[in-house]
Amino acid sequence: MKQFAVIGKDINRNDAEAKARGQALYTDDLKLPGMLYGSILRSPLAHARIAHIDVSRASALNGVRCVVTGEDIPKVKYGNWRLFPDTQDEYALAVEKVRFIGDEVAAVAATDRDTAQEALSLIRVEYKELPAVFDVEAASQPGAPVLHDYCPSNVSVNRKIQYGDIEKGFAESDYIREDEFNVHAVSHAYLEPCSALAQLDQDGRITLWSSTQVPYIVQCLLASTLGMRENDIRVIKPFVGGGFGGKMELRTWEFCAAFMARKTGRPVKFTLSREEEFLTGRRRHPMKIRSRVGFKKDGTLVAKDLRIKLDGGAYNAMGPTATFLCGNFGAMLYRYPNYRFHGEHVYTNKPPASAMRGFGAPQSLYATETQMNIAAQELGMDPVELRLKNAQVSGDKIPDVATISSCGFIDSIKKVAQMSNWKKKRKSLKPGQGLGIGCYSFISGGVFNWFNTTYPFSAAEIRAFADGTVHLLTMTADIGQGSDTALKQILAEELGLRMEDIRITSGDTAMTPQADLGSWGSRVTLMGGNAVLDAARKIKAQLFGAVSARFNMNVIYELECKGGRVQAKGRPDKGVSFGEAVAMVQRANRGEPIVARGSYTPRDKGLVTPAFGFGAQVAEVEVDQETGIVQVKKMWTAHDCGTVINPKGVEGQLCGSIQMGLGYALCEQFVMDGGKTLNTNFLDYKMATAVDMPPGDVAHVETYEPEGPMGAKECGEGLASPTAPAISDAVFNATGYRCTDLPITPEKILKGMKRGFI
Amino acid sequence: MQKICFQLNGEKAEAEIEDYLTLLEVLRDRFSILSVKEGCGIGECGACTVLLNERPVYACLTLAVKADGCDVKTTEYLSKDGTLHPLQEAFVKSGAVQCGYCTPGMLMSAYALLQEEKTPTEEMIREGISGNLCRCTGYIQIMEAVKDASQI
Repeated sequence: MKQFAVIGKDINRNDAEAKARGQALYTDDLKLPGMLYGSILRSPLAHARIAHIDVSRASALNGVRCVVTGEDIPKVKYGNWRLFPDTQDEYALAVEKVRFIGDEVAAVAATDRDTAQEALSLIRVEYKELPAVFDVEAASQPGAPVLHDYCPSNVSVNRKIQYGDIEKGFAESDYIREDEFNVHAVSHAYLEPCSALAQLDQDGRITLWSSTQVPYIVQCLLASTLGMRENDIRVIKPFVGGGFGGKMELRTWEFCAAFMARKTGRPVKFTLSREEEFLTGRRRHPMKIRSRVGFKKDGTLVAKDLRIKLDGGAYNAMGPTATFLCGNFGAMLYRYPNYRFHGEHVYTNKPPASAMRGFGAPQSLYATETQMNIAAQELGMDPVELRLKNAQVSGDKIPDVATISSCGFIDSIKKVAQMSNWKKKRKSLKPGQGLGIGCYSFISGGVFNWFNTTYPFSAAEIRAFADGTVHLLTMTADIGQGSDTALKQILAEELGLRMEDIRITSGDTAMTPQADLGSWGSRVTLMGGNAVLDAARKIKAQLFGAVSARFNMNVIYELECKGGRVQAKGRPDKGVSFGEAVAMVQRANRGEPIVARGSYTPRDKGLVTPAFGFGAQVAEVEVDQETGIVQVKKMWTAHDCGTVINPKGVEGQLCGSIQMGLGYALCEQFVMDGGKTLNTNFLDYKMATAVDMPPGDVAHVETYEPEGPMGAKECGEGLASPTAPAISDAVFNATGYRCTDLPITPEKILKGMKRGFI
Repeated sequence: MQKICFQLNGEKAEAEIEDYLTLLEVLRDRFSILSVKEGCGIGECGACTVLLNERPVYACLTLAVKADGCDVKTTEYLSKDGTLHPLQEAFVKSGAVQCGYCTPGMLMSAYALLQEEKTPTEEMIREGISGNLCRCTGYIQIMEAVKDASQI
């Protein structure tokens, strides 16, 4: 393992102090002179034709400056899958039709919030209600109500993967298990509600401050929907209060803020209410998963046939990617010599589902892992042994999809079993106590160019100064996960500088180098990090040349940047300070400043990702026999994220993932009445608080990922997957109730405990 | 309209306000105290937690007129003299801050707890911040920070 000066150290976050002082400004904290407040009118119906909209009374209200409907906007559809324009199915405001309760129908901008709200109530919309459909099975039947004319079947995306010989595989299996799993929608529930503020400048260009994970994507899609040039749009990401996948598309309020700023000449800000977030916000895809697996008697996996119907809600959003990924994740973790997947993304009249932490993995792996636990029980094997027998290792190939690069999966399973005292503890459980296991694998950024970017996937610019400092510019988006800090650490390590020697500017599309696809799919550390390294090495090459010349060095000398100096390796006397080296290069170039650009685009890395993270988790629970209430007593996690760049940061990701995973398993859910979300506040949408969080132990099983910067890979999303299957297995272990339809509620447990505790 | 006078982070504050405004609105709009965040607006998330006469309250559920004659403290108070308060320092060092949106409110709940109980037990810490939601940290590092700060 390499020795590092900055990597692997508990370095405080770049922005922690500003945030702890209350000085960090988020989009809604920004105010501009003459700013108008925007508000959105939403559909009360799940499916309807818009017969007529009358905005005259709203427009006439004192203080209202602008009212727009779908009739006023350019008829340009958008969606993140720009590579396949057919999948782009959304207008910023409904045109002719509404497709879910909450679909955006009109927007108002007024001099204050109350006036904007009042104006909404004065807009009259005449709807002709249409039959609606809320279930994937019903929606994909012939004759079902059709949501989009272009897609008469309601199945908007089909994805198939097949390798080996599935029939032969099952024929050769000694034990075949088939189950159906139904997993539900949950909310990102980031604490900062979405907000966007647009300003028109003197040249007619737009600046948009937005709570977004994807400044570049917003820039491009905003340009196309407004009919403007990309360079006429500047998107700035201020501090963002969490995203988790829920802020990774162009959204109506971003469009409306910009569109209305152009119409009125005044800045316009929209901020969503929490009720809007819950009622209409993006959510994790519910999935109906049918999985059939075949094993040999000794537990060796032979075949898997996976069929998934994703409940996409009313629009594609990031559904195509989720459809793609849930099938890839179905083939992960274990070696399936014969595999078949068919995924269908189905439109229903519900709020659109989209990307959410784990991006198809929490659903797919809930099925994989629960089925592994069922199979272990029926084969009479220890779940840990069954996993070890089939676990993927470095070099394994998923034909045409991916090759496993670094892989600490087996070590993670062994480590978590040891940490939790698995064997002994499983045998000594008292009634009502349970111990369960779940595992995960996740991508370190995607390689499939669905956005059809014509730029590198990530880019970085470094400016070096004679005072010994550098300025890092990157379009990557720190949304709270700490990517600015991680990138600074990578740069500090490579240039031998201290964190305080680095200034960083990130997430401003007019100032930071084109381009970066944003924060999703755990891509920033690996892709943004590689771009930073690429740029840093170009800086070093210049400095090394100057220092080598200055000391008349033999060409065989290796040079290094270390401890704020540029010097011959092993001969620190042959060297100068970083700042002096910069000054030397600058003088040699007649004052030209040192600037270098680096980039990273994954090439020849299959269809999914350059590198996978892996891990295993064990949960201990106690179930109350009278009430069915589950208490999670402890979590043990062993995971492989390659080189750990910032241990506190990685552990923070882990603990946050457990909070989400615990909610996914036990208490978080949208309560729906047809297409209507009934629980639109934090009191009714039950999220774990500090009193619910179990203590945990963690082990970093370090590998060195050759494709990652300093050997690093993902750590932010994979861990969103193992918690639910681990808790579910522990609940089974405690009660005999095996959950195949999340969440695991007390009611289901009490009904499922046929024989009482085992 | 009503005139209110109160102590804001140790200094005298006055405002002419409509009766229906919340303390959250008045602190943010009139006094530019932007650490007070609106995460839900209906008293569920705790991002707007401030101290009213040393007791933590949700500023979004507190009418501003109630602050008349009272002492109001926000996160800005903790580092008023420029240096970080030990509690803020502990948050920074423990990794208790991720997106930071819940942080100011979380700090005020923790500060109120530590004012009341110098060395709280783990249960007391859990209870003390259970009115503040966080979606990033899973609370573990926040609880560590509060514990560390209590031992200074």
